[in-house]
Amino acid sequence: MKTVTLTLTNPPKLLLEGQNITPDNFAGKNTAEIATLDLWEGKQKIPLGKHFTVAGDGGATAAETKIVLRGDCTRVKRIGQQMTAGEIVIEGNADMYIGGWMQGGKIHVKGNVDSFCGIGMEGGELIVDGNAGCHLGSSPRGEWRGMKGGLIRVAGNVGSDTATFINGGTIIIGGDADIHVSTHGEGGTVVIKGDAKGRVGGQMVKGDIYVYGTIENPLPGFSMVGEVEQEVDGETALFAHHIGDLGERHPVSRGKTVYANLYTRL
Amino acid sequence: MSELIIRNGFVFDPLQGIRGDRMDIGIKDGKIVETSTLSAPRTIDAAGMTVMAGGVDIHSHVVGPKVNVGRLFRPEDKLFKSPHKSPTCSRMEMGSSVPSTFKTGYDYARMGYVFVNEAAMPPLHSPHVHEEIRDTPIIDNAAMPVFGNNWFTLEYLKNNEIENNAAYTAWLLRATRGFGIKVVNPGGSEAWGWGLNCVHIHDPVPYFDIAPAEIVKGLIETNEFLGLPHSVHLHCNNLGNPGNYTDTLDSLRLAEGYAPKNDFGRKQVMHVTHLQFHAYGGDSWGNVGARSKDIMDYVNAHDNITVDMGQVTLDETTTMTADGPFEHHLRAQNNLKWANVDVELETAAGVVPYIYSPKVKANTIQWAVGLELALLAKDPMRIFLTTDHPNAGPFTRYPRVIAWLMSRAARDATMKTFKWLDRTIDATSIDGIDRELDLYEIAQMTRAGPARALGLTHMYGGLAPGMDADVAVYALNPGDMPSDPAAIENAFSRCALLVKDGVVTVRDGEVVTEPAKRTIWVDVKVPENTQVQRDIYEHFLRHYSVKLDNYSLFEEHLHNSRVIEVDTTQ
Repeated sequence: MKTVTLTLTNPPKLLLEGQNITPDNFAGKNTAEIATLDLWEGKQKIPLGKHFTVAGDGGATAAETKIVLRGDCTRVKRIGQQMTAGEIVIEGNADMYIGGWMQGGKIHVKGNVDSFCGIGMEGGELIVDGNAGCHLGSSPRGEWRGMKGGLIRVAGNVGSDTATFINGGTIIIGGDADIHVSTHGEGGTVVIKGDAKGRVGGQMVKGDIYVYGTIENPLPGFSMVGEVEQEVDGETALFAHHIGDLGERHPVSRGKTVYANLYTRL
Repeated sequence: MSELIIRNGFVFDPLQGIRGDRMDIGIKDGKIVETSTLSAPRTIDAAGMTVMAGGVDIHSHVVGPKVNVGRLFRPEDKLFKSPHKSPTCSRMEMGSSVPSTFKTGYDYARMGYVFVNEAAMPPLHSPHVHEEIRDTPIIDNAAMPVFGNNWFTLEYLKNNEIENNAAYTAWLLRATRGFGIKVVNPGGSEAWGWGLNCVHIHDPVPYFDIAPAEIVKGLIETNEFLGLPHSVHLHCNNLGNPGNYTDTLDSLRLAEGYAPKNDFGRKQVMHVTHLQFHAYGGDSWGNVGARSKDIMDYVNAHDNITVDMGQVTLDETTTMTADGPFEHHLRAQNNLKWANVDVELETAAGVVPYIYSPKVKANTIQWAVGLELALLAKDPMRIFLTTDHPNAGPFTRYPRVIAWLMSRAARDATMKTFKWLDRTIDATSIDGIDRELDLYEIAQMTRAGPARALGLTHMYGGLAPGMDADVAVYALNPGDMPSDPAAIENAFSRCALLVKDGVVTVRDGEVVTEPAKRTIWVDVKVPENTQVQRDIYEHFLRHYSVKLDNYSLFEEHLHNSRVIEVDTTQ
């Protein structure tokens, strides 16, 4: 695997749109070619090399390409958008839409990210060591086909509207989650190892949510049906099992009605 | 103004019976002229290419409140589907199944279309319709106000007061700057206000105690009493349900005994729109089948009816109709987001996204039904190419529909992608149809036919001297048609040249200028009718939430008006 190191040496005045910073776009390109890829600063199209110092060449394919971003990328958006393979390591913070519509590969952010990260995700891994903003692993605006697959792991806290319209895949949050988790969910798993504020699983049809801490305002549409022992993220624990959202339609599979499951740790 | 001559193209003009003759088309001051009258024209070489009049779309939802609801509540319809701004266009383009007004105008022009009839205008919201018409570049528009659930209409027709209904219709056409009489699920959208629907033509409308059959017959009589350019434009009851073909046949029979009466060359008294949605057999989605043959046998035998296809294109799209109960019914089927609204005293509407998939048997049967209708038609001057944009598919798929109609190979290639191919073939007759339409028949279905049905053959749909200089040139040689149907689709997607009102508007598929577009509407002069004036005054006083003075369209909303005058007082 070949490594391309981008160092943000000339910080932008406005936010940078970095959807071209993906292993797919860097594959098969040398240092000079990568420096000519387009970025957008506001409505201005500018070459990547204007803001970043580029070192190293891309691999032959996306899978053989690793991108390391150094410097303060707090104002660089859309890194790894629609990537299918390869690896991105962001040494510090990054802005919105990191790993949006990602189909494969791995992104590791060592700092915090802003909102809309991992939206519309279909596969791959997005690891965030810090906190994430709102709409993590959510569906894009208006879209009813949300996250389909892949893994999002955030060590810290997340904002509101996590996993809206989730259909598949897993989101593991080490800290707390703000309101609205898995709204309209029809599959997938969300694990919150801290506390959740409320509206957890609203209008949820199918899928699983685990909350290790407390839910400040649980929804009345969920009803406790028993206690179960489950293995989650490599450890086994006892959970109270709730089904819901009882106000929503639910499919019937083999004569049994399918509900969404909300597990709270006992 | 400049003079133009389009030389040596293969000209298809069904209005004059010209079948691919090599001819020159002369243009002067925005009109078609005899080439001998030109003095120093600019020459455009169309050798080896197909020349037709600009396209005419008889039924498309492109402007107005429900279209805008579709745009607003489907941001995902724009995501990754909006091209970067074309350097040759003045405005950005957005969206796919419900494109922005600008994209709508540009994309129609790129396909060689010049006139689009907005299929349903809620009268109360006519200012919005006309504002969007103004913002839709290049193509000329007309809009049909809906009458089939209007309280005035229901009351007059219940009492069989055709003359009063005609006076009201004339008033409303003027108040909304409308073009003709649109009828959507007659009675059904009003019944929906009571949580009901009219699925058969003899189901009574609550309170008004009138049946859809009486509404349709009354509106045909009204239309012919006034002698409007277009006929009654009917969206039948019981749209989209298995087994509805019998209701459709019942609706078609309502036109029996009526003859067209107008000065515009229109031959029909009833235009039945998106017929594909109304030609299903069976009694559930499990055993639904095509009854296109029953429907087309009737249509072929009755000259006073025209129809359009409403072809399913197997795309993700956004359904929108004034048929409120149908949209409510549809959202219960696909569980997607939905919008429904009642328009006081007049109509209703709903919007629901829908995905027509080659993996779903019902959808592939619908695809077959639409094509069967066109391929079983004896007279292409009476069946028109539409997708009921955006209900059965976006209008940008017309070129693909043309390819399906012109090529059995294109149909076979699409059928190969069907998950339930065998069951689709069993439920339809599409696999037994080898007919391939030619360019003359395509010209009939996309320009000459719709223009005649709309009563607009003095302006659109042909290339006779005196008509508007709207000319589309496609890179297709009729003597050497491509064997690859994709080439047919490409040629119709991006015309080689479009001249609109004598101005070269599209070149090699790109919009190069944006000539002024126009709004076509019908102004009917009727004798003064004090009873109708009093009824209008009373209803506005008692029932409307707006004042009469604020209801009629203000002049500043009307963009570049081109009025068609009808005088019934003579």
